[in-house]
Amino acid sequence: MSQAIENVASALTRIDQIDPRVRAMAAIWSDRATSRAETLSAPRDAKSPLWGMPVAVKDNICTLDGKTTCASRILEDFQSPYAADVVERLERAGAIIVGKTNLDEFAMGSTTENSGLFPTLNPWNPEYVPGGSSGGSAAAVASRMVEFALGSDTGGSIRQPASFCGVCGLKPTYGRVSRYGLVAFASSLDQIGPLATNAWQLAVLLGVIAGHDSRDSTCFDTPVPDYVSMLNEPMGRLRIGVAAEYFGDGVHPETRKAVESAIETLKKLGAEVSEVRLPHTKYVIACYYLICTAEASSNLARFDGVRYGHRTESPKDYFEVYSKSRAEGFGAEVKRRIMLGTFALSSGYYDQYYNKALRVRTLIRQDFDRAFEQCDAILSPTTPTPAFKFGEKSHSPLEMYLTDIYNCAANLAGIPALSIPCGHTSDGMPIGLQLMGKHFDEAKLLQIAHQFQQVTDFHKKRPAICA
Amino acid sequence: MSDLKIRPIIGLEVHVQLATRTKLFCPCELEFAAEPNSRTCPVCLGLPGALPVMNRQAFEYAVLGGLALGCDIAPLTKWDRKSYYYPDMPKNYQTSQYDLPVAFDGSFEILASDGTTKKIGIIRAHLEEDAGKNMHEGLDHTRVDLNRAGTPLLEIVTQPDIDNADDAYTFCVELQRLVRFLGISDADMQKGQMRFEPNVNVSITTPDGTEYRTPISEVKNLNSFRSVRGAIEYEIQRQVHAWEDDHGYTLANKGKQNYGWNDAREVTEFQRGKEESHDYRYFPEPDLVPAMLDDSAIESFRARVGELPLARERRYIECYGMTQKDCEIILADLPTAELYEAAANSGADPKTLTKQFVGVWNQLASTHNTTISRLGINSEVVADLAKLVDAGTISASAASQIAEHIYKTGIAQTAGVADIAAKLGLIQERDEGRLEAWIDEVFAANAQAIEDALQNPKKAKAAAGFLRGQLMKVSQGKADPKLAGDLIEKKLNALKDGAD
Ligand SMILES: [Zn+2]
Repeated sequence: MSQAIENVASALTRIDQIDPRVRAMAAIWSDRATSRAETLSAPRDAKSPLWGMPVAVKDNICTLDGKTTCASRILEDFQSPYAADVVERLERAGAIIVGKTNLDEFAMGSTTENSGLFPTLNPWNPEYVPGGSSGGSAAAVASRMVEFALGSDTGGSIRQPASFCGVCGLKPTYGRVSRYGLVAFASSLDQIGPLATNAWQLAVLLGVIAGHDSRDSTCFDTPVPDYVSMLNEPMGRLRIGVAAEYFGDGVHPETRKAVESAIETLKKLGAEVSEVRLPHTKYVIACYYLICTAEASSNLARFDGVRYGHRTESPKDYFEVYSKSRAEGFGAEVKRRIMLGTFALSSGYYDQYYNKALRVRTLIRQDFDRAFEQCDAILSPTTPTPAFKFGEKSHSPLEMYLTDIYNCAANLAGIPALSIPCGHTSDGMPIGLQLMGKHFDEAKLLQIAHQFQQVTDFHKKRPAICA
Repeated sequence: MSDLKIRPIIGLEVHVQLATRTKLFCPCELEFAAEPNSRTCPVCLGLPGALPVMNRQAFEYAVLGGLALGCDIAPLTKWDRKSYYYPDMPKNYQTSQYDLPVAFDGSFEILASDGTTKKIGIIRAHLEEDAGKNMHEGLDHTRVDLNRAGTPLLEIVTQPDIDNADDAYTFCVELQRLVRFLGISDADMQKGQMRFEPNVNVSITTPDGTEYRTPISEVKNLNSFRSVRGAIEYEIQRQVHAWEDDHGYTLANKGKQNYGWNDAREVTEFQRGKEESHDYRYFPEPDLVPAMLDDSAIESFRARVGELPLARERRYIECYGMTQKDCEIILADLPTAELYEAAANSGADPKTLTKQFVGVWNQLASTHNTTISRLGINSEVVADLAKLVDAGTISASAASQIAEHIYKTGIAQTAGVADIAAKLGLIQERDEGRLEAWIDEVFAANAQAIEDALQNPKKAKAAAGFLRGQLMKVSQGKADPKLAGDLIEKKLNALKDGAD
């Protein structure tokens, strides 16, 4: 039996055993994955560490096989006639997609509670949310159903669930990975990225999905470095910046302690740690939610029941095709964001809201440009608190939005950022550490994360459900 | 009404379909009347996750058009989304240009109906994608064909500088000629490749000097020159009458209104008023990057545009003695005009050249369903062919045969036109000895005609013509007809003298 067949069989077995208790998977591709593993009988290509490896893909990334639902009723039966660039790249590298993962509907949310399918549970404790919107991918990796998964990150949607589930997740530089085939939430912020159990795996997966794609005008033609081979290179002089704005009163004491101890570890590895300032941080959430909702209101206009997706029964006229199909197809959070965004773009309000947000975005970007003159990476908690319980924040959209407070700036600035485990609470829930880097400097972030993981084992701890 | 001073105020919005091979944001080919939805892809179907990529050719065509309209070209032009829901609009937003159009602030000259040349101001010219087509087939359903969705359009907006329907008509015709001349659009009205939306209102000044302005009517989606003129004429009358009935019928009270044109009844029909106008919620298209052009690129585009058709027409009539009809053919496109001028510059007689462009080359092009410039004949060949006819080396009809031969074989790459003529046996015989031998042969065989020519004044002319025809036959068309005619006349005169 080839290694690929063995890998897939064992992944499918774990999914079978564990997923009913985690519900990370929106679709499980048993037959397709098995037959693909069988056709991959050729000897393993040494250049491609992903060859024969099972991978899970967030269900807002188009695949030719199966459905691409975005966890929305409006796309519950949608089958894409084309595959995303990242999916083509995975297949070329010999990876085997074993299923699609759950998410908050159209990637809008921080807990997967907004999934139109079902909520995903945190593998460390089913009373806790796994984070979101890539909660399915994070939970699938945390429970070792797969070791590699793809997520998408618009305002923390990879890093926040990675932190809640105790896995590693990377949001690449905007334009590093093609968005072709990623169902758009907010086009100027969205970026596909890897989730995995350690930094080495992140480097492997990023190396496969990164690179130019002529079908995405915002995708850069910057050479893709060999991330894996750079992981063990000596870091030389490493300057890590810490911003007071990311250690505010809202930070949970156990989170603060874990992150501070990670800073000590990095110092032992030779890092110089200094204060940097990111003075516009207090505007990040307002700026982010104006821009992302405005873009979402336009991006989601195409879901109208005319060409594909859910269409209402017996509409009175074409206006009802739109209004009823959309009213029936979208969940509450998606509707809320469409309305907010529509309002922000309306004539008379555009300058006051959307245009102002664009100007603030420039200021936030400049904060980072200045900070990176003094450091190579900025370290912070990924989230102010560890994972919380179901229902704890779902009553207040605003409180929910604030869980992304340390994540959105990287999307607004277009810079890369990753999250790795750096501790656990007394309740046993994982705590995440975020590193933000310079444009196209993923290699540096991965190097720091990898060398940190050489001397720590937070990333090796698994939830009991895996046993 | 006779005491009123009436001044129509007319501006035009024109959509010109650009002649690119593929759509504006995807690789689908543009094809008129293809099977519905057969020219579509994830991008132009508005599928989830699909992204647009700008067609550089469309952008360059827009730059050429903008320069020809005397516009400034934006060094950086960006894209915006214009939101509205309609079934033929797959994304429910149109990708267009809002605050940074590719071209702006221009002017375009027309020959006005009063005989003067008038400059019509151009506010802007921007690129946008076309929508698909709704096919309403019954009360309960509509089919949507998205083959047209994503077709590149150049929208040209004029200042309200036009004051009569005839000049609006002329503007549209001259614009059609311009875009065809530049090769940026086929501007085929039958295929909807040019569509017009006149904005019309009227300034009415009463004898006491008070000026009223009627509401602006935007007449939507006209697709013929005739309907542009008809709709404007109708609107002017309608608005004046409406104001006469009610002096409150003014722009201040009513704003801008949309009308449609009923082509059968030749009337405009009210569609909607300002209250129902859309909020398009324009915002910058995040899926596309701005298109940039540096000064040197803009200058090289400007050089490609050169002199415009109207100015060239004036010059061609004056310098080359062309008629307006000749100009229609020779100014059909820029490469044809340049081919003509290059041939004229290398010494061919313009009159003969014009004759051959309108005759030989134009016929050859239409036989092979192409244009003169696309025949691929270089200017030296074109000039040589005219020179050979002028020198009497070949006949006018032989020129057509030679042209056809050159086109089919491409032989002019390696051989001179005269050599080809010789090879084809089309050099005219000008040797008097040879000609006289043929004449003797003809005279010997046609005694009756000679008798008519010499003695029957009523038939003399016809008989001489008959003899010339026989000579061409005997010489198998090789005789130089002019020289041969002279020799026949000389021989007849000699016979006449001999008989006297
Ligand atoms: Zn297409």
